[in-house]
This record gives sequence, C-alpha cells and structure tokens, in this order.
Amino acid sequence: MELLSGAEMVVRALRDEGVKFIYGYPGGALLHIYDAIFTQDDVEHVLVRHEQAATHMADAYARATGKAGVALVTSGPGATNAVTGIATAYMDSIPMVVITGQVMSHLIGEDAFQETDMIGVSRPIVKHSFSVQSPEEIPEIIKKAFHIAESGRPGPVVVDIPKDMTTPTERYEYEYPKNVKMRSYNPISKGHTGQIKKAVDMLLAAKRPVLYTGGGVIMGDASEQLIALAKELGYPVTNTLMGLGGYPGTDPQFIGMLGMHGSYEANMAMHHSDMILCVGARFDDRVTNGTDKFCPTAKIVHIDIDPASISKTIKADVPIVGPAQAVLKEMLEQVQAAKNSPCAESLKAWWEQIDEWRGRHGGRFRTDDSELMKPQQVIEMLSKVTNGDAYVCSDVGQHQMFAAQYYKFNKPNRWINSGGLGTMGFGLPAAMGVKMNFPEEEVVCVTGEGSIQMNIQELSTISQYDIPVKVICLNNQSLGMVRQWQDMNYESRHSQSYMKSLPDFVKLVESYGHVGIKVERYEDLEDAMREAFAMKDRMVFMDIAVDPFEHVYPMQVPRGSMRDMWLSKTERT
Amino acid sequence: MRHIISVLMENEPGALSRVVGLFSQRNFNIESLTVAPTEDETLSRLTVTTVGDDRVVEQITKQLNKLIDVVKVVDLTEGDHLERELMMIKMKANNGTVRAEIKRTADIFRGTIIDVTPNTFTVQLVGASSKLDAFIEALGSSNIMEVVRSGVSGIARGEKVLTL
Repeated sequence: MELLSGAEMVVRALRDEGVKFIYGYPGGALLHIYDAIFTQDDVEHVLVRHEQAATHMADAYARATGKAGVALVTSGPGATNAVTGIATAYMDSIPMVVITGQVMSHLIGEDAFQETDMIGVSRPIVKHSFSVQSPEEIPEIIKKAFHIAESGRPGPVVVDIPKDMTTPTERYEYEYPKNVKMRSYNPISKGHTGQIKKAVDMLLAAKRPVLYTGGGVIMGDASEQLIALAKELGYPVTNTLMGLGGYPGTDPQFIGMLGMHGSYEANMAMHHSDMILCVGARFDDRVTNGTDKFCPTAKIVHIDIDPASISKTIKADVPIVGPAQAVLKEMLEQVQAAKNSPCAESLKAWWEQIDEWRGRHGGRFRTDDSELMKPQQVIEMLSKVTNGDAYVCSDVGQHQMFAAQYYKFNKPNRWINSGGLGTMGFGLPAAMGVKMNFPEEEVVCVTGEGSIQMNIQELSTISQYDIPVKVICLNNQSLGMVRQWQDMNYESRHSQSYMKSLPDFVKLVESYGHVGIKVERYEDLEDAMREAFAMKDRMVFMDIAVDPFEHVYPMQVPRGSMRDMWLSKTERT
Repeated sequence: MRHIISVLMENEPGALSRVVGLFSQRNFNIESLTVAPTEDETLSRLTVTTVGDDRVVEQITKQLNKLIDVVKVVDLTEGDHLERELMMIKMKANNGTVRAEIKRTADIFRGTIIDVTPNTFTVQLVGASSKLDAFIEALGSSNIMEVVRSGVSGIARGEKVLTL
C-alpha cells in the first residue's frame, strides 16, 4: 500500500472521487495541501478572487451535473467568506464538499491566528460536517463527505482539517474506500408501494389536477419520469423557481412557474384544483402565499425524499417518502396498469378553463409606457438568440424573476439560481463554474448592476482561466426588487435602493481584457446580442439599459390565497 | 402538550451541539435535556422534554432523524412509558420544627435526606417531574436554598426497546 501524507491524501482522495476541478484560495492552514496540489496534474485547482465565489462555482457545477462540487478555503476569514456559499447550497439542497483549513490541533480553542470554529459556524447550514482528528481518517472522511452530500436530500458537507493533519513528513497507508456504511444514515431508495397506489387512485379520480414540481425533480434526475407521467395523464404541470426545466417550458401542458411571481394561469389552476401532485417541492412561503388560504379544494399528494419536508407547512393527504425518479417511475407503471383512466370530460373542461386563464393574462408586459427597453424584452431576446438552450445562471432580484418567467427552459439543470437563500453575487461565479465544466455550451449570467457588483472581482479569475461566459446585465440603475416593494408598500420612498456612482461597465471589463457592449435601444439589441454570442472564446459583458420603473408581475398579494395577484400596477384579481 | 423524546445517537464530539443547535435554529422549545453514554460506549442516549402541538412535535422528530449522528428517535409519550427525574434540594433547617416538617414531607414523597448540617438539610428525590414539582410546592419556597434537577429520563414500558 502507498504511503501518503495527510495533504497528499486529501488531493488523492479527491482524484479517486473523480473530481476534476477544485475551487479555492490558499492560506496558512492550507499550505501543505496546496503544496500537494502543486505536485500533481489530476485535479486542477481554480484560484478565485474571493472564497464566496469558490463555493458558488462548486455549487453551480453541482446544479448542472448532480455531482458534488468541491471548494477549498483556509481557516478563519477564508472559511467565514465561504459561509454565504455554503448557506446558498444548503437552502437549495445542492451537494457540495467544502474543505476548510484549521489551525494546528493544539491551538484550537486558544484564539489562534486565523482561527474560527468552522464546525460551529457552519452547523446550521450544512447537511453534516467532519473535523479530522487524525490523518489516517482522511480518506474515509472524504468518502463519507461525498456520500452524504450526494445521496438522500443532497446538501453541503464541511470537512475541517487542522494543519497538523496534513504535515508532509508524516506518512500513512492510503486506500480510498469503495463504499461507506453508516448505521445512522441510510437514505431511502424507493417509495411505499401502498402509498403510491393511494396516490394513483386519487390522480385518476381527479377532475382538476395539477402537477406541481420542484428542485427535487432536477436534482433527483427525474425529469424524464415526470414528462412520461404527465404525458400519460395529460395533466397540467407547473414548476417552482427551482424546478424550471424539469418539464419542458415550451410544452403546451406547461402552465408556467407558480408562486409569488408565478404565471396567472399556474396560480389560478393551483387555487381551483381538486388534486395536487407535488413532486420534490416544499410548499415554501414564496409558493403558497397565505397557508391558511392555500388551495382550499385540493387533496394533496406530496412526494419528497425528505420526510421533514412533508406536512411541514401544508398537510399532505398522501405522503410519499422517496426519490422522485423511483416514485414517479412506479407511479407511471401503476397508472398504465390501472383499469380506469382519467375522466376525459372533466379533463377537457379543466383545460378549457386553464386556456381561458392563459388567454386572459398571458404574462404580458407593456412596451408603450417607456422610451427605454423593457427587461422582459431582453430575456425574450436571449431565449431567442440562444434557442432556449443555454445554461442560464442568474443573480437575485427582478432580473432573476424575469429570466424565470421569460426564458423557456426545455431541459433540466440549465436554470441555475439561488432560489432559497436569494444570494446576490451568485450569478457570475455560477456561470464560471458551469462554463469550465461545459466549455462547448453557451453559459449566460443574467444579472443586474446591483448583483454583479457583489462578486465583480471574479472578472479577474475569468481572465486567468479564459472562461468565455456571457453576462447580460439588466441595468436599471436601481435595486429593482427593493424599489418595487418600496413602490408598492412604502409610497415610493426609495430608501437606499438607488445605485449611485455606477462604474462604466464597458471600460471596467475591458480593463480585465474582456469585451464590453453597451446597449440602449431595443432596435440594437438583437444584433448586439448575436455579436456577443458569436465571440465564442471571449467573455462578453452586455450592459443593457432597461426601464427602471418596471415591476415584476404577476405578484401575489401578501397573505392572500394563490389566486390573489397584482397583474400590473393598476390591475388586481 | 408535553412530549418526552428519546434519541439514540453516535457518541461523537459535536453530536450534542447538533441536537441542541437544531432546537434553537428551528425555534423548538426545550424544557429539559439529559444525555449520557449507554452500555455501548459508541452510543449516547439523550432525552429531551419539549412542549408543542402535534405538527411541531412531528417536525422535531423528523428533523432529529435527519441529523447524521442520530441513529434512532422515539416520542415516548406516544405510548406507555416510565419517566424519572432526580432532584437534590438544599433547605434551611435551623430549628426543630422546620427539621421535623422537612423530614416528614420527605418521607411522604419517599425522598431521602442525603446531607445534614446544623443549619441545612439536603433531600434527594426521584420521580416524575410533576412529583418533584409537588414536593417543592409542599415545602414552600421560603426555606429552599438551592434546587438542582437532572432533567427527565424516560423508557418505554413493556418489551419495547430503543436500540440499534
């Protein structure tokens, strides 16, 4: 057996886990590990400019592939800078392994230089964490970390490694375990057949059904099974923000996103439905609106891999604990084997009602109330220019909602955004993480002038590694979503939502060696965008001036039911 | 309603802080908490008493089960169970009347006087929490100098066991 130091074991274990890239930033506690990285070529290290970006890159890789991304950060400030990224992954159930350096074990607890109790700091935002107590444990801990991160309901795992666990002169026998067994952790692999039977009976008896699906379909690799079931039944499908792409956005059975900024027809259909099949979504507050008024006539079947998500906010009539893929597959088999089929007459009437809602308010926006371009027009153009086929990595704010509403995602894992935590600054590093792993694909960061400045230092990383992402910056010169809420709830007192002293983004990106394009008129948009995407090997930043007064609609009325929505600045349901 | 939840978990550093952290993070209430290793030294048994409606308690048990260090969780109050708590209570006992009164009350409650000085008695009492509460009430607060309670431990009645 080979003898390796703790530092070498860390890098070797990552290699043996199949890791291609690790995203990180060196520091004192990590120097042994960085030296071990230097002497091998199997695992490539990507040097970011801020640790938050390293975690978002790892996170976005995971969102695009389903495999855990890896970030490497040093003790103290390195670790605390990674906290936002860990929390982002945690809220969206994204598999990630974050290796944090730690001070020497004999110094722990003594307030040593760059010491932070990272196990303690990260405890509420990790699926699990490990603190290495002896170097021999490293291979097994790393194996367990990946296993825990990727299985069951995925999530981030922190591995905290004191510097003396990686001393180069101390060598140990290395063998990477093939499997791990943990008596206290056994993720479920299939749903309860009896429960699935009950759900199928309800599905087939339903008169006004809706399939409401979320991120669990994406991360559970169950899109194919969802499409098959939806097609078999002919039922309408709505996706959560995290679930977009799980069902093809251009399919006629797709009725749009639901929730706070969901489509009129999706929210109306939910409210009036008599049976909701929820798959891998968690009835969160941005979906349900007022829980006491939520879908009053609906029976609810809830499929989730995490039992704690079931009946947490909305009581499920039929709970099914299990992975979306296996449960949907079994459900389809039972539907196909069933003697009865959905009532064609009721379903026809239901679709007529949904199509009427669709026609009444197809999520349109006005273009005649401003000289400036509308942000929605930009996203529609982006969808057109990229054939709805790009990886779209979004920041957080109005532009995120416009991207979710107007980009038509036909494939899973291509809509990459911070849904749960709502982390501004996520988009650019996320796009970088995806592009490095999918160099042949179009990867776009949709952002605003507010969000982009939260991780703009990564323009430098992009130069170093030649990462030709495209940035679509919807520049409305204000923190649009904050401003919208201030317009609606604070009589337009725009407290601190106005971005003064914006940089000249074109010059800024040019100084990093990238291409900047400023667009101010809609007539120029298509050509400029096509030009940007034609530059396959360049990073292009499109600074697009859009109407600062635009609001995102529909918008649910707070604490109302699903159907209580503002449809424009003056129109309410 | 009050629930007694028993948790079997890995006897690992940090495991307890994950359990306690979960309660504060998710805004669950803890009335008492006890923890100690079991006959298998790789496992700890933790008992927590909490108050909440069915929905909250369901969330508590589900969230506890999600912790990687947690092996098994059972809500003892769902079935027949035994509950015990140990209390030591130190009281002013500086004249014959008071001393006799404390002794008598302790006997009624089947408590034991485990330490005596010219001015104090220390009584040990074991029982359900409500019995301990009743004892404190019976003595009246004026003579009590110090109270220490272990928190509740619980076990299911009959043949039901919480093991691996």
